[in-house]
Amino acid sequence: MDYNNLVKISHDSRPDPDDLLSRIQREEQEPRGKLKIFLGYAAGVGKTYAMLEAAHQRKQEDIDVVVGYVETHGRVETEARLAGLEVLPRKQESYRGITLTELDVDAVLKRRPQLVLVDELAHTNPPGLRHPKRYQDVEELLAAGIDVYTTLNIQHLESLNDVIAQITGVTVRETVPDSVLDQVTEIELTDLPPDELLLRLQEGKVYIPEQAAQAIQNFFRKGNLTALRELTMRLAARRVDEQMRDYMKTKAIPGPWPAAERLLVGISSHPLSERLVRSTYRLADELNTEWLAIHVETPGNSRLSPEGRGRVTRALLLAEELGGRSLILPGRSVPEVLLHYAREHNVTKIILGKPFRPRWKEILFGSVVDELVRMSGNIDIYIISVPGEADVVRREVAWQPHRPWNRYLWAVFLVLAATGIGALFQHRISPTNLVMVYLLAVVVAAVYLGRGSSILVSILSVLAFDFAFTEPYYTFVVEDTEYILTFIGLLGVGLVISELTARVRDQAEAAQRREAETSILYTLSRDLSTADGLEAIIQAVADNVSQTFGRDVALFLPDSDGKESLKMISKSSDFTLDENEMAVAAWSFKFGQIAGRGTDTLSASKGRYIPLMTPRGVVGVLSIKPKEERSPLTPDQRRLLETFSRQAALAIERAQLAEQAQAAQLLQATEKLQTALLNSISHDLRTPLVSITGALSSLSDGGVAMDPQIHQDLVDTARDEADRMNRLVGNLLNMTRLEAGALRVTKQPGDIQDAIGTALDNLEDRLGDRKIYSDIEENLPLVPMDFVLIVQVLVNLVDNALKYSNRESPIEIRASRNGQELCVRVSDRGIGIPPDDLERIFEKFYRVQRPDKVSGTGLGLSISKGIIEAHAGRILAENRTGGGTSIIFYLPFNDERGSEK
Amino acid sequence: MTSPGLRVLVVDDERAIRRYLHAALSMQDITVMEAYSGEDALRSVAVDRPDVVILDLGLPDMEGVEVTRRIREWAEVPIIILSVREQESEKIAALDAGADDYLTKPFGTGELMARIRAALRRSIRKDNEPVIMVNQLKIDLERRQVMVADHEIALTPTEYDILRLLAQNLGKVITHRQLLQHIWGHASEEDLHLLRVNISNLRRKIEPDPSRPHYIRTEAGVGYRLRSDA
Repeated sequence: MDYNNLVKISHDSRPDPDDLLSRIQREEQEPRGKLKIFLGYAAGVGKTYAMLEAAHQRKQEDIDVVVGYVETHGRVETEARLAGLEVLPRKQESYRGITLTELDVDAVLKRRPQLVLVDELAHTNPPGLRHPKRYQDVEELLAAGIDVYTTLNIQHLESLNDVIAQITGVTVRETVPDSVLDQVTEIELTDLPPDELLLRLQEGKVYIPEQAAQAIQNFFRKGNLTALRELTMRLAARRVDEQMRDYMKTKAIPGPWPAAERLLVGISSHPLSERLVRSTYRLADELNTEWLAIHVETPGNSRLSPEGRGRVTRALLLAEELGGRSLILPGRSVPEVLLHYAREHNVTKIILGKPFRPRWKEILFGSVVDELVRMSGNIDIYIISVPGEADVVRREVAWQPHRPWNRYLWAVFLVLAATGIGALFQHRISPTNLVMVYLLAVVVAAVYLGRGSSILVSILSVLAFDFAFTEPYYTFVVEDTEYILTFIGLLGVGLVISELTARVRDQAEAAQRREAETSILYTLSRDLSTADGLEAIIQAVADNVSQTFGRDVALFLPDSDGKESLKMISKSSDFTLDENEMAVAAWSFKFGQIAGRGTDTLSASKGRYIPLMTPRGVVGVLSIKPKEERSPLTPDQRRLLETFSRQAALAIERAQLAEQAQAAQLLQATEKLQTALLNSISHDLRTPLVSITGALSSLSDGGVAMDPQIHQDLVDTARDEADRMNRLVGNLLNMTRLEAGALRVTKQPGDIQDAIGTALDNLEDRLGDRKIYSDIEENLPLVPMDFVLIVQVLVNLVDNALKYSNRESPIEIRASRNGQELCVRVSDRGIGIPPDDLERIFEKFYRVQRPDKVSGTGLGLSISKGIIEAHAGRILAENRTGGGTSIIFYLPFNDERGSEK
Repeated sequence: MTSPGLRVLVVDDERAIRRYLHAALSMQDITVMEAYSGEDALRSVAVDRPDVVILDLGLPDMEGVEVTRRIREWAEVPIIILSVREQESEKIAALDAGADDYLTKPFGTGELMARIRAALRRSIRKDNEPVIMVNQLKIDLERRQVMVADHEIALTPTEYDILRLLAQNLGKVITHRQLLQHIWGHASEEDLHLLRVNISNLRRKIEPDPSRPHYIRTEAGVGYRLRSDA
């Protein structure tokens, strides 16, 4: 192209060549369009609406937006939101005699907007269109540089197909490959709480394709929706945030078992303990593990200020609230206790707050953190910094250094200190009184340093006293033999104090331990008492035992016929049970004795089997098994376990008895009802027979000479009564079928006029010359109905009208259209129904009181109701102004819920 | 219009029912033969050659449908089946397999005789009865004319076909399927819809009171029947 010429000629409308060139270049390198998906977890959450909203916003930002394909499904709000947007005409495609409208890709490409809206990314195009799937259409649009907004449901993702099938039981056929998602620029999550979605479903605001009608009932269950919602949220988060990926699991369904990790956080009276708990909770949540908070109570802690103790309690409570467990353990040193517990209970990570004491204190008194780290072995130690920790003092645990090498040094130091003090006052106080200083040292050692140290102090005190304060000074020789007494006294008292103090402390420790046990038991019994039902109880027992002892648990309960059945609740899936183990469990159950590992019986087995005993006998067996080969249970633990089992036994028995009581009650009620039923039926069946048998025998007796009128009367009576019996039998059969759920409703389009006519035909004999007026609206469409059953309903209703009104009064049947429903009304001018009974008349065997006995069992209306409701319709009774009753039923014209029931 | 010497085979395993039918039919000068099982019935049809077979559906050795089918393999004898109210599907199957009509137990003798007559009429008629008359309704097959009380009625071709089939089988039930096969050549769900609409229109044209049809009777769940005793 000769640009020079162009330059010369153009001043006017011809494009500037430079512009042209740059535009061509630009178009060649045109970047791909951006794809934004409005993702939802189910139909009806509002994706299309959200997309339209966003489109309007873009339009206001002066972006060229067009609507390529938006499916409103007739929803008013969505249609309204379309207004104001340019809608490109759809492509008409004829398929199997039906005209379908589809996205017109070419039209969009021609129009070249900046942004196009294309609904339902997973849609399958009918044959004849360029691409088989709509996402390929979208691909083309994106390649052309057009931005696209689209909508998608989570179940249309290829990779999640089987997961979703697992959750919902519905396998979705229209899927979109995940590669499409990889090109997504942005995902906007359209979310709606499942409850609201269900509400919208009921209000009919959710589009359901006809084919899926049956499956929809399964699909739209709250549990499913919640699971799907979580799935969707996780997907969105995963795609959007790279960093989050490290923490999110790639599996869509979280397994029922926690990960193999277990976290432990050390709590003190530190003001920031609560924050530490929260940090641990978040960590545990991300790792999806169990966790617990432990406060170690050392002898020093019992002297915590009330605020300090309050903080500890609050922190522990917070831990419980957030889903962790809390424990208070007694002990002498925090690191020792924590590590001991950690090893016993398979804790994998210990979390502490950052130490913040000044260096010199740490050097002198040691640091919990250092100690813990050094002794931790293969347990990870996490030191978490909690914001705001700036200038708060850490707990006073380091005041009681109980480490072996340290202790004895302190002992020596004490003696030296005492000697030093004594030396100060040497000249003013007599030596025997100086002994008191040493005694003081002994007491200090006994309280803070332990038995060994205080004994050492005692001995050293004697030596020091001898050395420093007795003549001859600075020797170990004693001149005055009276001092021997002093020495003996000092030593003796020292030893006694050591011993006593040590014992007291031991007892205190024991008491603390017992308190810990009690609180464990308390937790168990609390869990058991709040557990509702056998399943919950078993779960509570298993949880508590597993947590407390850190072992695999299984519970066995007897089968319904008295044999052992396996109700396995195990904390990890490797509690496998082979026949041998089962045999041990069975033995334990049968004889009501402990068996298995660590016992006298069958000690070679892998697990320990404890029978759950109550005064009434053995209700089950509790079995625990260590995860790897480890030390057997301590006596304390065994005792605790036995207590557990006793509690569990009682709780299980209670649950079983409660179930039995309920069953018995139910049985009794059922029997009462059945007896009443049988009596009523028996009566109603026999009564017509009386007339029939009577009439027939009279006829046979009377012979040929009988009066023809009487003859006719008898014959008519017998026939009428036979008819009545026939109807009754029919009603009973229907009732039985309805009750058993065996009533099959096969719906086909039916003509209500035909049904009314047929019903009246069936009743022809009984109508006689009574006036029936039928008023059927013109041009009523056909209604899906089971013709035979609806005829029966009409027969029942007209029969009732006949029975409860007198012979001259008219009966009216009216059929009309009521919106989306057919309305049929059968009215009489009879005695009417007491207002309180207007609903009760539809109950079985109910009959309105009438002075002269009216025939019939009272099943007719009940059966009619069952039939109408099986058609997804409704039926009700009204009293008419001017006297009489109307029974009205409605049948939907448009029933999408499938034809078979 | 029972010809003397009419022979009817009654097939039912219930003795009481055979007894009753025997008595009722004998009163009408009909020779009654009895069979108590499917096999027995087949043998009797072959050997005794009855004019009409009354067949109960609930036989001990064979389904009523099966008996019907076997008989129809080599005989055109009219078969009337006896059914209980809830045996809808078996009833329809038997009718489609070749049975001519049905009676729902319990039934009266009048109904029984009407069915027998209707069944016989079909076998006697030779397709050369050009005009069929029921009460005020007259159908002239030769001239393709339908009159009610001497007024000519304009029917669509489909409506006429339906009426003609019903009239040619006057008094006998025609199942939905038979109607659909005959008129449209195949039976499908959507066409049933059309059938009902056509019947409704037909009734509106020929019935004095369309809401209480006189001529075309609905056999609920089964099909339609042009009444001969209207």
